[in-house]
Amino acid sequence: MELLMDESRYEKLREIIKIYLPEDVSVDAISSESHFINELNINSANLVDIVLDVEDAFDIILENEDMDQMQTVSDALQIIETKISDKA
Amino acid sequence: MPRRVVITGLGVCAPNGIGLHDFTEALKDGKSGIRFQPQLQDLGFGCQIAAEPLVPDNLANNYFTPLQLRGLNASGIVYGVIAGTDAWKDAGLKMDRSTGPDWDTGIIFGTGILGVDKFRESIHLVDDHKVRRLGSTTVLQTMASGISAYLGGILGCGNQVTTNSSACTTGTEGILMAYDRIQSGKAKRMLVGSCSDSGPYVWGGFDAMRILPRQYNERPTKGSRPMSATAAGFVPGSGAGALVLESLESAQQRNATIYAEVLGGSVNSGGQRGEGSMTAPNSEAVTRCIEEAVRNSGIEKTEIDLINGHLTATSKDTLELKNWSRALERSGTDFPYVNSFKGLVGHCLAAAGSIECVGAVLQFKENVIFGNVNCEDLNPEIEAHVSSSRIPRKTERYRPKIIAKASFGFGDVNACVIFSAFND
Repeated sequence: MELLMDESRYEKLREIIKIYLPEDVSVDAISSESHFINELNINSANLVDIVLDVEDAFDIILENEDMDQMQTVSDALQIIETKISDKA
Repeated sequence: MPRRVVITGLGVCAPNGIGLHDFTEALKDGKSGIRFQPQLQDLGFGCQIAAEPLVPDNLANNYFTPLQLRGLNASGIVYGVIAGTDAWKDAGLKMDRSTGPDWDTGIIFGTGILGVDKFRESIHLVDDHKVRRLGSTTVLQTMASGISAYLGGILGCGNQVTTNSSACTTGTEGILMAYDRIQSGKAKRMLVGSCSDSGPYVWGGFDAMRILPRQYNERPTKGSRPMSATAAGFVPGSGAGALVLESLESAQQRNATIYAEVLGGSVNSGGQRGEGSMTAPNSEAVTRCIEEAVRNSGIEKTEIDLINGHLTATSKDTLELKNWSRALERSGTDFPYVNSFKGLVGHCLAAAGSIECVGAVLQFKENVIFGNVNCEDLNPEIEAHVSSSRIPRKTERYRPKIIAKASFGFGDVNACVIFSAFND
C-alpha cells in the first residue's frame, strides 16, 4: 500500500469520525487533540465502530490494547502510523 | 370510571403500499403486494412468492440518521420505524429531540423475530473467528425489543417502552395491551404496532412445514386465496403497521383527529388442549375470546356490522368463520360483513395484526368495506355459515359502525379487538 502523507491520514480519519458526532457537535470541533468521548461526545459504543472503519480505511488490524489506548484523535493517528509502518 | 381510548394516528409499511395514501388506494382497488421472489426460486423453495414492502432506496433517509443507517441490516426495524414514525406524525405529535422524555407516552411495538439478516451476518463473522468485527449495533438490531428501542429514542417516549411477541397475534394483542395501559391511567398515549422481517430465513420454516402454496409461482397475485375453494395455504409476508392510541381526554385537549374508538377486546389461549395444538386453534378458546371481547366492549352481538378476520387462506378459514358464527350467534344473511386483507398482502406474520388493524380502521375514515380478492370461487363449506352476500368481492361504499378484528397465532393464542366509529 502506498504510504499516505500525515495530513491526508488526518483528513481520512476526520471523515470517519464525522458520522459519529452527535447532532450538537460540529465537524469543526474535531482537532488532533480532541478526546473522542469527553470532548467530541461520541457514544462509547461507537468507538468500536470507529476502530472497524479505521481498519477498513487504512487496511490495518488493531489489537485490543490499541483500542484501549485510542482516547484522542492523535492517539488514533499514532496507532495508524505505527501499524502502517509495521506493515511496510 | 375507566378512560375511553381512541385512535388518533395511523402508519403503515405494507407490501402493497407504504404510507396511508398508497395503502388505502391499494386496498380499495385490490392492488396486490404479492410478487414472485427469484431468491426463493434460487434457494429451491416450494413457495416462491411472497409479499414484502418495496421500500425505495432513499426513503429510509427520512427516518434514520446516516449513523443509524450504517450497517443497518434488519428489514423489520426499517418497516417498523417507517410505520411508527408515520403514525406519530399522523397523530399530529411533534418530533423534537431537544425536549426531555414524554413521560406520559409509551410504546408497545411487537415482533416475532428481528434482524434476521443481521444475525446471519454475525453468525458468519463469529464462525470466521472475527467476533470483534460485529460492531456496536448487532445486539440492537437483533434483540426482539430493538424495534421499540429504536422508536423510543427517535420519539423520546418516557412511559413503558416494550416489545410483545405472540406469533401472528402480536399486532392485535399489542393494541389491547396499550388499551389497558391507557384505560387504567398508566399512560395517556401509546404508540402501538408490530413488524416482521422479510426474507428466506424467516419464511423458510413455513415452507418446510408445507403450509405455503406451491402452485402459484407463475401467478403470484392469485396465490393468496382467503375463503376460496382453491385456497392452498398462506403466502408469507412482512412489513409493519402502527397506531397511536390515546385517552379521549388527551385527544380532545389537543384537538386531535379521531379515527375510531377502541371499545375493548380480549386475549386468551386454547392451552393446546382438545383440538388445539402448537399450530391449530382450539375452537372453544376462539369462541370464548370473541364472546369476551363483545362482552367487555359493552355492545350487543348484533351491533357488529363488519369483521376483519384472521382468514389466512388455509383450510382453517371455514373453521374460523364457523367460530365467529357460533360466538356471535349469527349466520347466513344475518352474519356481519366479513373481509380479509391477506388476499392482497399475504400473511405478514407478526406484522399481520397491526397492518390489518390499520386497514380495518381506515374503513371508518373512507366509509367503505375493502373488497376481498381471490375468492370468486367461495368455499361452499363457508356458505353453510355465512351468506356469500356478506363477503364483498369488490370495495363497497358502507359506513361501518362497529368492526371486530381478530388474530390467531401459533401456540394456540387468540386476540380480538372491537373498534367503533367515534361518537362523542
